[in-house]
Amino acid sequence: MSSTRTGCGQWVDNERGIIERDIFVSDEIYSRELKQVFGRAWLFVGHQSQIPNPYDFFVSRMGAESVIMTRDKNGKIHVFLNTCRHRGMKVCRYDQGNARVFTCPYHAWSYSVDGNLTSAPGGLAGVPQLKAAYRDQLDKSQWGLVPVAKLVNYKGSIWANWDKDAPEFEDYIGGMKLYLDAVLDHRDGRPGGSEVIGGIQKWKVPSNWKFGAENFIGDLYHITSHRSVDMVAIGPSGAGRRDAPVAPKESAKRPPPFASIGFPNHGHGLIGNLPHTEEMPYVPSFTLTPEVEDYYKHVYHARVANLGAEKRGLAAVGTIFPNLSFHGMQPRALFTWHPNGPREMEIWKWYLVDADAPATVKDVLRRYYLRYAGPAGLTEQDDMENWNYATSASAGMEAGRYPYNYQMGMGFEKPAPDLEQAVYTTAVTEQNQRIFYKRWAQFMEADGWNDLRPENSSAFADIMARRQT
Amino acid sequence: MSAALDALLLQREIEAFYYLEAELLDERRYEEWLDLLTDDISYFMPLRRNVKFGSHAAQENTQEGRDAAWFDEGKHTLTQRVRQIATGIHWAEEPLSRVRHLITNVQIASASPEKPGAREMDVKSNFLIYRNRIDDETDIFAGQRRDCLRQAGDGWKVARRVILLDQSTLLAKNLTFFF
Repeated sequence: MSSTRTGCGQWVDNERGIIERDIFVSDEIYSRELKQVFGRAWLFVGHQSQIPNPYDFFVSRMGAESVIMTRDKNGKIHVFLNTCRHRGMKVCRYDQGNARVFTCPYHAWSYSVDGNLTSAPGGLAGVPQLKAAYRDQLDKSQWGLVPVAKLVNYKGSIWANWDKDAPEFEDYIGGMKLYLDAVLDHRDGRPGGSEVIGGIQKWKVPSNWKFGAENFIGDLYHITSHRSVDMVAIGPSGAGRRDAPVAPKESAKRPPPFASIGFPNHGHGLIGNLPHTEEMPYVPSFTLTPEVEDYYKHVYHARVANLGAEKRGLAAVGTIFPNLSFHGMQPRALFTWHPNGPREMEIWKWYLVDADAPATVKDVLRRYYLRYAGPAGLTEQDDMENWNYATSASAGMEAGRYPYNYQMGMGFEKPAPDLEQAVYTTAVTEQNQRIFYKRWAQFMEADGWNDLRPENSSAFADIMARRQT
Repeated sequence: MSAALDALLLQREIEAFYYLEAELLDERRYEEWLDLLTDDISYFMPLRRNVKFGSHAAQENTQEGRDAAWFDEGKHTLTQRVRQIATGIHWAEEPLSRVRHLITNVQIASASPEKPGAREMDVKSNFLIYRNRIDDETDIFAGQRRDCLRQAGDGWKVARRVILLDQSTLLAKNLTFFF
């Protein structure tokens, strides 16, 4: 960050489609991101199926910090900062487990999950030598674990926010809801019918976190990078790398356009089908495993019946600002790009299946997910290589004078039918990346949520005004 | 005396098998390495978790056939991995990494080579795998392999391999090589 730059608008120039390399490597920009972006945005923490029983916990992250997601005796879910209020030691260093109380290893301050005997959930329950050393003058009610300001269980997915002024979650995701629903719902259309496969993949990548987020928000252009996996054909029907999204030619029904769809006022985006009210024709996609193919055929017909003429949409990939991305079809998963300094991120991956799918179906899907995705996935290995070297090259003294080009499809955005204040372009474009970085720049400059309300944003109108006719 | 000598010879034979396997991998002779695996091999590498004392047996490692893992696959996928490297455009391994496998602590857990029909044997070994990539990328992986070896003709093949990597969060961007 050079001292002549005063605002983030100078790193992100959406009118010209130009972004400075600094945003991927600068320590100052990174520190500001933690406060301005991760301190205000809704962040994905985990899934309710990871903590099914009272006192189950799962240790997760929000931005660069550790948090504990727990369930109390009444089934209510809480998220606390994982740090003792006395000297900061992590009160929990397990990845998961079951505990009513978290006791700090350092001086044994202990915190109650459900607020039993304390003023609030996470309250300070026990302090050694309270009488002898503190002379009974410690106000325990003021020294509980720090809870998040806002928490929501959205169809089983748990999200939290540090900023009490943040809008409600559904206002935050806006029109993206349709596509998040498709990830979380049962494939037959029943709300929230998915569950997490046990075990969260976590791995460190020498890359800025935004390279992951921008790749999944709408970079179909990079498929050329995955040609090697298409050549060896890991797809569940024995071709390519995933299930075929294209309907048979002879089909009477045509699927709605496959497009890049973005929400400029919110900062989210996806690659998928525009909303439609009739189910697309069935396309066999697990032909190598008849049992799974039968399941999907069954689920397809149930979906047609369950959804009727309801509006629906399905995304191949998408990003909810700032750092939650997903694979909406296969390999169905939610993943977070946790910031670990400007040049490193930690990727966490939650794989999803229909909760009541037969064991064979879950097994085949799980194996397919693992050969596709994650650090050992034949497809995603190449992504990490790209982001790794894109990050290190962003730091060059000379290279730093040459910003990146995000001009693809600029001026060709159209208002998306059946979605409010949304735009779409043909699938291969950089529309969504521009939307993402515009929103990022807004967060970096804003003094608070008063400056960030999606309903007050002119981002959609600005794109419309710059259309090439 | 003869039984002790047989055990020593068997130990030596198995160690030689592992050294050969390591050499094939380090020399990038992947097709030959695939020949050392049975067609029905199961190749599994669980995720490892930090859990409370006393719950390791039940919770430390993700479970085969049920949970997420780093690898849970068979020969077909392993062969695809080899073929992908051979495309020359698998960018995570193009240019190729330099990988070295050090295999130690070979312990034959159970074997009855004298008896006909008992042609399988459980063997544990430790590994230290060094990977260097491009210029300064360096990863070190330590852990244990729990194999089932099956006698095939004059030699042995790996029929099952469980890989316990001694990391919970993977400290590497990818796993593009073989354990």
